[in-house]
Amino acid sequence: MTEGKEKKYTTVSIPTTLFKKIERRIKGTGFTSVSSYVTYVLREIIAEDEVPEEPFSKEDEERVKERLRALGYLE
Amino acid sequence: MISPHGGKLIERLDFSEKSREEANELPRLSVNLDESRDLANIAHGVFSPLEGYMVREDFENVLEDGRLANDLPWTIPITKDISEEDKNRLKEGDTVALFYNDTPIALLNVEEIYTYDKKEYAEKVFRTTSIEHPGVANLMKKKEYLVGGKITLLNDPPTKFPQYKLWPKETRVLFKEKGWKTVVGFQTRNAPHVGHEYVQKAALTFVDGLFINPLIGKKKKGDFRDEVIIAAYDALFEHYYPKNSATLGILETEMRYAGPREAIFHAIMRKNFGCTHFIVGRDHAGVGNFYGPFDAHEIFYEYPDLKIEPLFFRSFYYCKKCGSVVNDKICPHGPEFRVNFSGTKIRELLLKGERPPELMMRPEVADAILQFDNPFVE
Ligand SMILES: [Zn+2]
Repeated sequence: MTEGKEKKYTTVSIPTTLFKKIERRIKGTGFTSVSSYVTYVLREIIAEDEVPEEPFSKEDEERVKERLRALGYLE
Repeated sequence: MISPHGGKLIERLDFSEKSREEANELPRLSVNLDESRDLANIAHGVFSPLEGYMVREDFENVLEDGRLANDLPWTIPITKDISEEDKNRLKEGDTVALFYNDTPIALLNVEEIYTYDKKEYAEKVFRTTSIEHPGVANLMKKKEYLVGGKITLLNDPPTKFPQYKLWPKETRVLFKEKGWKTVVGFQTRNAPHVGHEYVQKAALTFVDGLFINPLIGKKKKGDFRDEVIIAAYDALFEHYYPKNSATLGILETEMRYAGPREAIFHAIMRKNFGCTHFIVGRDHAGVGNFYGPFDAHEIFYEYPDLKIEPLFFRSFYYCKKCGSVVNDKICPHGPEFRVNFSGTKIRELLLKGERPPELMMRPEVADAILQFDNPFVE
């Protein structure tokens, strides 16, 4: 299974000054490399853009409420 | 309301008579009860964004990175194993009917059939290859191939507890109707002792609602039986929980005992139910001494994009000096003052038909458990 599996990493350029700043910042933290820190921060930011959920249709919601009332979860 | 994992609540249901009948004409694979339950979990959105069994790319990414191929956090493979014989009989593009006994549970569109390395699976998911680990032992019994593809549910599998069975769509409406903007989820496979109650109530102090979500499904010898867990919580709710801020619903899926990775999986499912927070206890989803007591806390730092907020708890105990239930963060006193909530001790007493001390377990809860001849899985 490991055969033919390519490591899925790629290179991104960031300014050397920023790289050095991050290097200093992660000293003594759980982050072992600038790459792992940058990955962490980007994932955190990207997750903010998750699309808001579409609401259920009125009929759907009524059907669900009916069941919840029958089970005693709602008055 | 918090978005489901991946942004959309999955719904893949077709309960029409026509489809059920057509299933009889299709090639078959059989599934057991736990597999049927997971098919329903996919189809009702508990496992959103999964729409079926993982294809190889997702499966391998989950093993390697604890993420789906689209980078979304996901830590436990959701797969269907098949034999060499099945592999030769099926081909990509086929529609297969998945039967539990004589009931067609779901249709599967075969997208891919692939091999896998059980040893690598065990190492990545369970962090061990020891067959002393129940998850590994289970894995080693699986067949040699995996089949991936989307599924459509034709029938809900049977449940012993229909009155407690809630799907994410239902909990989401329920939380909204109750006016809960923040909800903390509590995973359990135990009858509650006083320590559990304190963890839940400490968390509830900071949010609008508490959703107790016992896990019903295959467990190991010595675990509390499902009926016992439900009866014990019923008693606790009746006597000690405010009705407008706590509720109980079951989740039917098997314990994998994958410790840290399972803690992430547990959190994702509760996010799909609409929980904004999730309680992670000491040795969450662990077994024996396979994981460190706080490994399941640490793994959350690898997932800044999970969106559901983990609430990390240390164990509570009774301190004779404080005169109350505390934990080591809030109590300065030494071990000589401590009475621990020992699961082993409680089990021993219950097996002898005795109520554990009130400091450890509410008498109403103990009585509910003692109604059963044997409260534990044999
Ligand atoms: Zn104390």
